[in-house]
Amino acid sequence: MEFFRIKKDIPFMRHALVFNIISLITFVLAVFFLATRGLHLSVEFTGGTLVEVTYTQAPELEPIRTALAANGYPDAMVQNFGSARDVLIRLPNRGDLDSAKVSERTMATLQSVGGTPELRRVEFVGPQVGKELASDGAMALLLVIFGIVVYLAMRFEWRFAVSAIIANLHDVVIILGFFAFFQWEFSLPVLAAVLAVLGYSVNESVVVFDRVRETFKKKRNMTTPEVLDHAITSTISRTVITHGSTQMMVLAMLLFGGETLHYFAMALTIGILFGIYSSVLVASPLVMWLGVSREQFIKPKKEKEEAVV
Amino acid sequence: MNRYPLWKNIFIGLVLFFGLIYTLPNFYGEVPAVQVSSGKATLKLDASLNGTIEQALNDAQIEHTGLFIDANSIRVRVPSTDVQLRAKDAIEKRLNPDPHDPSYVVALNLLSASPNWLTAIHALPMYLGLDLRGGVHFLLQVDMPGAITKRLDATAADLRTLLRDKNVRHAGITRDGNNVVLRFRDAEQRETARKAIAGSTADLQLTDRDDGSDDLKLVATLSQAAQKNIRDFAIKQNITTLHNRINELGVAEPVIQQQGLDRIVVQLPGVQDVAKAKDILGRTATLEVRLVDDTPGALEGALAGSVPLGTELYNERGGSPILVKNQVVLTGDRLTDAQPGFDGQTHEPAVHLTLDAAGSRIFRDVTRENVGKRMAILLIEKGKGEVVTAPVIRTEIGGGRVQISGRMTTQEASDVALLLRAGSLAAPMEIIEERTIGPSLGAENIAKGFHSTLWGFVAIAIFMSVYYMLFGLVSVIALAANLLLLVALLSLLQATLTLPGIAAMALTLGMAIDANVLINERIREELRNGVSPQAAIHAGYERAFDTILDSNITTLIAGIALLVFGSGPVRGFAVVHCLGILTSMFSAILISRMLVNFIYGRRRKVESLSIGQIWKPGN
Repeated sequence: MEFFRIKKDIPFMRHALVFNIISLITFVLAVFFLATRGLHLSVEFTGGTLVEVTYTQAPELEPIRTALAANGYPDAMVQNFGSARDVLIRLPNRGDLDSAKVSERTMATLQSVGGTPELRRVEFVGPQVGKELASDGAMALLLVIFGIVVYLAMRFEWRFAVSAIIANLHDVVIILGFFAFFQWEFSLPVLAAVLAVLGYSVNESVVVFDRVRETFKKKRNMTTPEVLDHAITSTISRTVITHGSTQMMVLAMLLFGGETLHYFAMALTIGILFGIYSSVLVASPLVMWLGVSREQFIKPKKEKEEAVV
Repeated sequence: MNRYPLWKNIFIGLVLFFGLIYTLPNFYGEVPAVQVSSGKATLKLDASLNGTIEQALNDAQIEHTGLFIDANSIRVRVPSTDVQLRAKDAIEKRLNPDPHDPSYVVALNLLSASPNWLTAIHALPMYLGLDLRGGVHFLLQVDMPGAITKRLDATAADLRTLLRDKNVRHAGITRDGNNVVLRFRDAEQRETARKAIAGSTADLQLTDRDDGSDDLKLVATLSQAAQKNIRDFAIKQNITTLHNRINELGVAEPVIQQQGLDRIVVQLPGVQDVAKAKDILGRTATLEVRLVDDTPGALEGALAGSVPLGTELYNERGGSPILVKNQVVLTGDRLTDAQPGFDGQTHEPAVHLTLDAAGSRIFRDVTRENVGKRMAILLIEKGKGEVVTAPVIRTEIGGGRVQISGRMTTQEASDVALLLRAGSLAAPMEIIEERTIGPSLGAENIAKGFHSTLWGFVAIAIFMSVYYMLFGLVSVIALAANLLLLVALLSLLQATLTLPGIAAMALTLGMAIDANVLINERIREELRNGVSPQAAIHAGYERAFDTILDSNITTLIAGIALLVFGSGPVRGFAVVHCLGILTSMFSAILISRMLVNFIYGRRRKVESLSIGQIWKPGN
């Protein structure tokens, strides 16, 4: 079986401008939604208490809300989680209450409402922890960007490093844009997924760049856009198959992983789809705009000396 | 050219063999067990306890299937949960004759059902996180500013006593924020005070401050080193205290660790009663110093049933009864430190106690009046007291430095010091994060994670085998080997596996196939260019290697960043992700190549490769 029967190199670079404009529009939209709607951050980041209970019979949510309000939690969010029998209660942190006792008081209230609530999960995060997690997340992102740029600059050329990281940050912003637009819950596992996607799609750009370097060295009569077209065309089969395989795994998580892994898998799905697009059709034009040329690869030794200075 | 040297084949074979061995324990499941651990800081487990437990089980006619001892606990494996409960009762009765004062913690636990020889080579199942097995997780913040303020208050009192003893007149000593401010009427007194303070402690930094008011001020601040000491001491003591308290909960495998500078993580697997756990974590214990009533005949009388008025009967550690006066000489509040050490003259092991100023004064007076008598140090917890030690007072002891020595080994000295410090929390703590996972949710999470990985794997396996034929099958075997090695590595390192960890495992597998796709595509390309099959295999692996390395390193950079900055769920994800990248490099390159070599490398003449259809643009 052979999916890709491509006779000639596909002239991707002829449409480079179009791709870049599409990217820019999606990027701006993502930023717009991030700015206007913001991320729906999970308890881990905002601080607060989350109580998940399960009942043997689907309970009415309204009495639970009323009872919680009567017991001093008028700002409690009560909703179904997964099925009608599972109830999720979110309580924001408040300075005046002994926050560590919130989960017990909530359970006591639920028991007084009736039914047979069984405690599934409690998460309580104090206000100081939430802030730290957010800043740690930002630090992790910076470290990833820095590490990847340095590595790619060493292995390839700074132009590759810069375009790869721009292309993939564009993915990250778009994932966040989706989360902002649909108001999906942004939790720690989602953050992990986002950073994993960053490493993963850079990986994608690396494969293309590897080919670019090889083609530059081997074929002397090609122009830069032709080299890029050739590199993309000859790796496209691998790109689609690899991402397809990874997506199969992620799909399995989306289908069987339950609520906890749902948004994690969702972030990966978006990341993988945009990863293909951006690493091929965003990173490569960027490399071209940045002025990559054969000379940068023919004398690799001299390049290295310059890089050291 | 497509043959591995023998050593390489043997090496890969060995890696796979060990991978299999260390993965094995995960397949056996778990059986009930009873776990015995020490309930007191001073009590160490030793081999003789093994015999006692065995004897207790024999007497109760309970069969067991193995007895394991490690650094902190002895575990007895039993055939069923019924037997588990009976065995627990039998052992409990034998080891803790007094149920109100248990020396050992006897808890129900689960042990791997893997054969003993696997356990002997430390092949253990993966260590499951709380989200997979259920339990409570707390993150406690130690109130360091509180600890420092407490010390400063004590310092202010110390300075008052010091200046009075040295006859230095001052116009008031107060704590102001993180400083102690001493006021003086004239510069001469201030200078004397400065010398006196500098001579008595090195912990304080002194600066003059003259801000136009009537008084001259001397500002004392704690030196950086002293502040660091206070912090280190506070967190260590709090951890010790937590250990002692959690022992009472009878949790089989509690985790109590320092996190960062001022935080403590407490994980209690299997505990569902959060309220009780919180109650125990927040409780306080006290230390008391009282005099011993050594009146001849009084102890015998008390044992016979008539306790003399104004005294109480206690048990000394080690078992012998002791009669102690009701009047409390000192409480633990006055104790600022307890350290093991040696007697300056006899070089016997000793415990050095440091009392604060008020404590020192009381202690000096009491010891002066009671030379030759005995003094008992009691630890009182949950309203029950135990005499930790009851030394004889040899001379008057002033200066707040007390030494307890005599008939102690070095180990006992450090245990007593620990116990004295462990009585109470050095600084208050606050729960800043709590996670409770019910046991049913834990089991569900395992099932969900397992199914995701399984079905994802099956889908990839089918696709690869259809698309790349024999080479696809080789890739799938390499991928399975990757999973095997990853599980083996996680079992070997006993890294905590969480639900995000399982997700990382699935994701890593999905990403690992990339390396094989790269190789297979390269081989096809070489064939398309008309290269001979053997050369195509060689070139395919060779050329793909650089790309695989580059792409894995970039992924690894992301993984390491997550590992460094991640906490909780993110860290669980990152550990598996990073390990998975390493094992996938090994399996995708070496193992698949070895298999391909076995299939094609030995043949003289290879007409074609089973790598699916090769489509050539020319046709």
